[in-house]
Amino acid sequence: MHDKNCSLFCRCHQAARPGRPARPRCQGSGDAAAMSRKRQRQQLADSLGRSAKHFNKREVECLIKLFDTLVAESSSRFAAAGFDRNMFRDTLHSAFGMTDDMIMDRVFRTFDKDNDSCINVVEWVEGLSVFLRGTLEERIKYCFEVYDLNGDGYISREEMFQMLKNSLLKQPSEEDPDEGIKDLVDIALKKMDYDHDGKLSFMDFEKAVRDENLLLEAFGPCLPDIKSSMAFEQKTFQEARKL
Amino acid sequence: MGAALARAAQWTAAGSGTGTLEITPLNESLLNQIIKFAEDFSTRHPQEAAFVFREPLEWKTQLGCSVFEEGYEIHGATVQSEAKGKDGQPLLLLTASTLRVRSFDQLSHLLQIAMEKKLKEAQACLEANRDPIMKILGPECGTVEGEDMSMLHLLEKVKKDDDPETEMKMKICLLLHQLDLQLLNSSLKHISQDVRLNPAAINNEVNLLKNFSGKGEDTVLESLEYTSDYMFCNGCRAPPWRQVHGEICYLVIKPHDTDPLYITCSTAGVFLNGGQQKGKDDIDYERKSDVYKDIVTFLRERSPRFVKNMAKQEYNFFKEPTYEKNYQRMEVVDAKVSGQSQNLYDLTEKNVCEKVKSSAARRRSIDKKKLEPSMKWKNTGLSASHRYFSDKATKKDTEEEGRNSAVSLKIKKKASGISSESVKIQRASKCKTSGRFEDISESSSETEEDEEQPVRRQEGNTDLPSEYWGIQKLAKYLKGGNPTATVIALCSMRDFNLAQETCQLAIRDIGCLEVLINLLDTEEIKCQIGSLKILKEISQNTLIRHAIADLGGLQIMVKILDSPDKDLKCLAAETIANVARFKQARRTVRQHGGIKRLVGLLECISVGSTSLTPYQSKDTEIARCGALALWSCSKSTKNKEAIRKAGGIPLLARWLNCSHANILTPVVGTLQECASEPSYRLAIRTEGMIENLVKNLSSEHEELQMHCASAIFKCAEDKETRDLVRQHGGLQPLSVLLGNSENKQLLAAVTGAIWKCAISGENVSKFREYKAIEALVGLLSDQPEEVLVNIVGALGECCQEQINRTIIRKCGGIPPLVKLLTGTDQALLVNVTKAVGACATEPENMMIIDRLDGVRLLWSLLKNPNPDVQASAAWAICPCIENTKDAGEMVRSFVGGLELIVNLLKSKNKEVLASVCAAITNIAKDEENLAVITDHGVVPLLSKLANTLLLAMVGSTDETLQEAAAGCIANIRRLALATEKAKYG
Repeated sequence: MHDKNCSLFCRCHQAARPGRPARPRCQGSGDAAAMSRKRQRQQLADSLGRSAKHFNKREVECLIKLFDTLVAESSSRFAAAGFDRNMFRDTLHSAFGMTDDMIMDRVFRTFDKDNDSCINVVEWVEGLSVFLRGTLEERIKYCFEVYDLNGDGYISREEMFQMLKNSLLKQPSEEDPDEGIKDLVDIALKKMDYDHDGKLSFMDFEKAVRDENLLLEAFGPCLPDIKSSMAFEQKTFQEARKL
Repeated sequence: MGAALARAAQWTAAGSGTGTLEITPLNESLLNQIIKFAEDFSTRHPQEAAFVFREPLEWKTQLGCSVFEEGYEIHGATVQSEAKGKDGQPLLLLTASTLRVRSFDQLSHLLQIAMEKKLKEAQACLEANRDPIMKILGPECGTVEGEDMSMLHLLEKVKKDDDPETEMKMKICLLLHQLDLQLLNSSLKHISQDVRLNPAAINNEVNLLKNFSGKGEDTVLESLEYTSDYMFCNGCRAPPWRQVHGEICYLVIKPHDTDPLYITCSTAGVFLNGGQQKGKDDIDYERKSDVYKDIVTFLRERSPRFVKNMAKQEYNFFKEPTYEKNYQRMEVVDAKVSGQSQNLYDLTEKNVCEKVKSSAARRRSIDKKKLEPSMKWKNTGLSASHRYFSDKATKKDTEEEGRNSAVSLKIKKKASGISSESVKIQRASKCKTSGRFEDISESSSETEEDEEQPVRRQEGNTDLPSEYWGIQKLAKYLKGGNPTATVIALCSMRDFNLAQETCQLAIRDIGCLEVLINLLDTEEIKCQIGSLKILKEISQNTLIRHAIADLGGLQIMVKILDSPDKDLKCLAAETIANVARFKQARRTVRQHGGIKRLVGLLECISVGSTSLTPYQSKDTEIARCGALALWSCSKSTKNKEAIRKAGGIPLLARWLNCSHANILTPVVGTLQECASEPSYRLAIRTEGMIENLVKNLSSEHEELQMHCASAIFKCAEDKETRDLVRQHGGLQPLSVLLGNSENKQLLAAVTGAIWKCAISGENVSKFREYKAIEALVGLLSDQPEEVLVNIVGALGECCQEQINRTIIRKCGGIPPLVKLLTGTDQALLVNVTKAVGACATEPENMMIIDRLDGVRLLWSLLKNPNPDVQASAAWAICPCIENTKDAGEMVRSFVGGLELIVNLLKSKNKEVLASVCAAITNIAKDEENLAVITDHGVVPLLSKLANTLLLAMVGSTDETLQEAAAGCIANIRRLALATEKAKYG
C-alpha cells in the first residue's frame, strides 16, 4: 500500500515494483526552444480549454504543468512526449490509490486513444476530464472500455473471471477456489445481462448502471474515489495557483 | 364423604370458618345422595347404626317440636330421644333450636320425619359439621388434607386388639368411604361438564380481548386489566391463599356501556366478585354472579355493546391465528353411577389395585402434565382410574394426531363396575405470544407511528423459503469478498423482494445484518451505499429496526451523516428515519450527536427556488432526508428540545417557504409533532410559519394538508395564533376541507383546527360565513370518536352565539348531539355536554332536547366516574332547568336524581362543586324539589362548603363561578330558613 506520508506524486513506489524494463520514450518536440514551447503550451491550453468539457482554461494549464513536471521527473535522459505504461501506473497508484495492475493497464489503454502506448498531453487532459469529472454517460463508456479487455465490444464471461479472480478471500473450506469466482460471475451476469446472451454488451452495461449506479465499477475500481479525487484536484489546482 | 365434601362440594367463602353450601345442581345432588345414604343406613346396616358417635353432630334446626312423635320425649321446647347411650344420655337432643344427634339410627329417623325439610336439615348439618367423620369416629379418622390415613390407622388397631368397637368403627369408616367414592363419582359427572380454566387459557383470552379493546367505536371493551402485575411461577396472579380455592386471577373490565366489572377467573370459570374495596387494595372475593365458562361468555351477558361489537369483530376474533384455546375440556359423555350395588369388599380390593395403577399413571401424567386436570383428588381410587383413562386417551390422541391437529376422540372403557365413561379430550396446543413490540412512548404523540408487529410464528421444521438459500449464497460474498465482489453481491441482493418479511428476516437470521452494518463502518463508499440501500428497505420491519439498533447501526449511520458523499448522507438519514421509530433508537440518535447533524442537513442554499439545477435538487434531497429523520426523532420530547437547540426551528421555517410537497411533508410533520412544546408554538407564531401552514392547507397532497391542519390544531390554543390563521385566510380552506370526509385522519386534524380556531368569536363569524357550522352538523353521524370529539368541540364553541344555536337547530344538529350523550368516550362527553348545554339556552332548542329526553341523559352523566364529565354535565343541566317549562316536575321525575346531585357536593373536585352548586341553585327554585334536596341533607353539605370553598369562589375572577357560588350561599340561607320553618313553624 502506498505510504500516506509520501507526497502525492512521490516516486518511491517504483522501487516497490522492480523488474520492469524501461521502455523507450516517445519521441516529440523535445528540442524545441523554451520560448516557443511556452507559446505552444499556451495554444494547447486554449484549445483544450475548449475541447475538454469539464475543465476551465486555468485548470487545463495546471494539468499541463503537472504533466510536464511528472514527465520531466521520470525521464532522466531526455524529455519525453508523455507517459509510458509504467509511469502512468505509478501515477494512478500514488495519486488515486489504485492497486490492480490489470485494471491500471486497462486504464492506460483507455487513456491512450491513439494506441501508441504513450499518453500525450492531450490524452492526459481529456482522459482526466472523464476520469475526474465525467458525466455518468461518459463514465459508463469509460468503464466499459476498461472492462472490455480485448476490445471486442463485449465483456465476456472469461473477461469477468479475469477481473474478479482475486476478489475473494481464500476460503480453505472451498474445494475449488475458482468455483466461487464462477458463481460470482454468474451472479453478475444474472444481474446485468439483460439480453441473456451470456456476455455484457454496452447496452447491457449501460442499462444496468443506469438502474444501479453502484455497478459502474462492477469489475474493479477504475475511477478515483471521492476523497482521492478531491485531494488530487485540490493539490493540482490550488497549489498551482500559488505558484 | 369427607373428601367429597371438602373438595367437590361448592362452598361459599371457601375454607374460611363456617361457609355455606351453595344451592347448585351439584351440591343438591350430593346432598340427596348423602340423605339417601343416611336414611337407609339403619335398615341396611342395623348394627353399625347403633354405634354412638364420639361427638354429637350439632346444628341449628328448623324443625319444630311437633314433628317429633313416637320414640321421643317432649318437655316444652326440649325434645329427647327415648333411646339412650351407654352413658344414659339421649341419642338425640333438641334444646331451643339446637339439635344434637349421636347415632345413625337417630339420624335416619330424623331424616324420615323431616319429610320435605330433609334437604335443608342435611345442608344445615353439613354446614355446621364440616368434618362429620371426625365427629362420628373421633379425631384420628378426620379427613386430613393429603393422605387419608384413617383406614390404615384403624386396620392396625383392629389387628392389635380385638375391640369390637374398633371393628365397628372400621366398618363405618369403610361405609363412609364408599359413600365418599360414590359422591365423588357423581360429582365428577357435574364437574367434568364444566370447562376447567387454567392460567394460560385466561391469559390468552385476556390478551386477545386486549387487542380488541381501547378507545374507539368498534372496540369490544374500553379496557381490561389484571388487578395485579405480579404473576406466580404457576401462572396465577391470585394470592396463594386464594389459589387454594382455584382462583387464578382477578380482572377489572371496563365495558363501553356499564360500570367497571370486577371479576374472578378461577379454574371453575369466570364470575363477578365484590370488587375492589374503596381505599384498599383488597378485593372482595365473594362470588356475586353465576359462573361462566370464560370471559367472553361472561361479557356477553353483561354488556350489550360488547355483543354488538363482537359481532363486528367476530371474523377477526376467531380467525386470529394466535387464538388457540388452551384449556382442556373434559366431557363425560356417558357416565353411569353404579356404586350403590357395589359390594363393599370388592370395592376395597378394587381400591388397592387402582392405587397401584394410579401411582404409575401419576408418574406418566407428570410427563404430560399439560393434560392433567387440575382437580386434586389424590387419594381416591376413582380419580386414579379416571386419570388412568385420560392418560390412555392421551396416548391414543398422540397417535392419531397426524390426521388432525386437534383430535378429539372418545374412548369407551368398561371399568368393571365403577363406571363406564368416555372421556373426550381436546388437546391443548401451545400458543406462542412472543414478539417484540415497539416501546411505549415518552411523548404524547409518540405512539402514533409505533405500530405493532404481527407476531411471527415459527413454522416448525418446514422447508425454508427459497429466498433463504439465495440470500445465503450472496451473504458468502459479502463476508468473504473484496469491495468489488461485495458490491456485486449487494446489488444482487436488492433483486430480492426486500419489502417481504421472509427476505427481511432471512437477512437477519443468516447473520447478514451484522455484515451489512460492518460494511457501514468501512471507508468503501460503494459498499456503504450498497449496504444502506438494503438497510433502508428492510428497516421497514420492526424486528429489523430493533436488530439494527441492537447491533450499533445507528451510531455508525449518525457518523456517516458527516460524509462528503451526498448519496451516502441521504441514505443514512433515510435509514435513521426508519429505524428511529421507537424510543430507545431515538435516544441513541440524540446521544450520539445525530440531531445536530440531521439539523445540519437542512442547511442549504437553494430554498425557495422553483426550478432546480441537479446540484440544488441534490441539496433538496439531502434536506428532505434530514427532515424525514428529524420527523421520526421528533416524537421524543427530549429530541424536540435538541432540535430546537441545534437551531432547527429557523431552518424548518425556511424550508416551509419552498413549494415541494415531498420536502414540505416531513418539515410540517416535524413541526406539528414539535408543536406539543410551547417553545415551538411560540416560534411557529412569531417566525411567520402560520402563513405557510395556511398556504399549504390548499396543497394537493392530503398528507401535507393533514399535518398543516394538525399543526394549527395544536397551536391555536393561543389567541394570537387564532387571529393569524384568520388574517392569513386559513379559515376558508379549513371549512372547505370539511367536504373531504373520506380521509378520517385529515378530517380529525381539520375539525381539530376548526375547534381551536372557533374559540375566537371573530373566527366563529367567519366559519358561519363559510357555512362550516352546517358542514360540521352534517358530519355528526358515523365518524370515528377522535373526529367526533373535535366536531362537537367546535360546535360547542360556535354555540356560544345565539345565531349559531339557531343554525344548529335548523339543520337538525340537536338530535345527533343528544344521541352522543349516550357515548362513553370521556373527552367526547365533556364536549357533548358543553354543546348540549349551550344549545339549551335557547328555549326552542330546549323543547327538542326535552323531547329527546336529553336532560335525563345529562343527569345520568352525573354518575360518570370522570369529574370533568360530571362538572360539564352539571353545568349543562343549569340552562336546561332554566329553559324548561315544568322543570320542577321534570327534575322530580328522575328517580334518585336529586339525591345523586346532592351527593356530588361531597366531591373533592372544585369544578364539580361549582357546577353542582349552580345546578342546585336552579333546582332549588322549585319549592317541592327544595324540600326533597333538604331531606337529602343539602343544607349541611352546602354550609360545610360555604365555610371552606364557597366564600373563596365568590371572590373568584370567573363570573360564572362567582354567580354560582353566590347563588348557592343565597340558597343556603333560604334553605336554612325553610328548614327552621318546617321544624318549628
